[in-house]
Amino acid sequence: MNSPALEQAAGLYNYWIVIVLMMTGFYIVLARRNLIKAVIGLNIFQTSVFLLYVTMGKVRGGTAPIIPPEVAEAQAKAMHETGHSEHGTHALGTVSEEIVGAHAAHADLPGADIIYSNPLPSVLMLTAIVVGIATTALALALVVRIREDYGTIEEDRILEIDRADGLPDDDDEDQWIDADTHSLAGSSPDTPTDSESVN
Amino acid sequence: MNWVVFAILALLALTAVTVARLRQLWAAVMFTGIYSFLSASWMMILDAPDVAFTEAAVGAGISTVLMLSTLALTGEQEQPTKRSPIVPLLVVLVTGGALIYGTLDMPHYGDPNAVVHQHPDPSFVERSLDDMHGLPNVVTALLASYRGYDTLGETTVVLTAGIAVLLILRRDEMERPAIANRAKRRRRKANA
Repeated sequence: MNSPALEQAAGLYNYWIVIVLMMTGFYIVLARRNLIKAVIGLNIFQTSVFLLYVTMGKVRGGTAPIIPPEVAEAQAKAMHETGHSEHGTHALGTVSEEIVGAHAAHADLPGADIIYSNPLPSVLMLTAIVVGIATTALALALVVRIREDYGTIEEDRILEIDRADGLPDDDDEDQWIDADTHSLAGSSPDTPTDSESVN
Repeated sequence: MNWVVFAILALLALTAVTVARLRQLWAAVMFTGIYSFLSASWMMILDAPDVAFTEAAVGAGISTVLMLSTLALTGEQEQPTKRSPIVPLLVVLVTGGALIYGTLDMPHYGDPNAVVHQHPDPSFVERSLDDMHGLPNVVTALLASYRGYDTLGETTVVLTAGIAVLLILRRDEMERPAIANRAKRRRRKANA
């Protein structure tokens, strides 16, 4: 059995899953020509990035970084008594080892052996999720606006319309503008017959 | 590997691929919601309950509602495209290969000596014991205090996006017929 390779696979599979999800989102963005589908693809990509960060914050044997209140109380009291001199001696300590190490002298304290996962990636991703929903809302508003102007949300069709729009027209542009202003003056706001056909 | 984790990861991958294959946008949006819930479950297992709550509420809740309301305004069926999927597939495979190559020297899953866990020293867990006067949730302490400016910036982004959405979607009733006319003319021209 090729054990180093197997060990590596067991240690890295979470990154690989995240990459598979990320690439699926990327594929949707690249291959699909529907604008809403593209936004969905971006969402999937984004969620996979959250997973990537969160998966890096996990510590083996750890638990969520929420300190049981009675433990916090006991440790704060002990810290107050001994001062904070222990911090400096653990320059290379980890989240888990620090909790264990810094309080080795107080091993009898409740909760001294609890290992906490890293809270920092969680915090960064909380911010990212909220920013993500804001950008998604903005993208969807743009999609609605594009649909108003083009009557479609298929990218191929939009490009077609744009190309045709650039070509010279047998109808004079001014004539259309006149027609627009005419209909604008003629139709009262409470009978928007044309807008019904677009929406 | 834990069987629950294995099931969740397999379902995650399946859901993502299903979303890519679906042409019914309504169904695709629903599957995106399922995807978010599955990610939230995995985050729960990865010791990030705060992120899991937010993902379930925002990713599966608000985002699905926004997508569905957009669908109501735009239509639910995706048109088949004439383009070949070979080029995107190739790009995705090359990028994915490069990324997997990049993970090979990453710290292993759950490694307590990973660089991520080394830098803020003493760690935030330790510091908040002293600073936060018994606030139990370290994530809350970090979010609102140690990285409070981040959160302020996040609120600014949400405000900006809200204003932008209002400006994009706000339309004078008087302008509607003119816009509809122009849209109709452009479509007709493209068809000709």
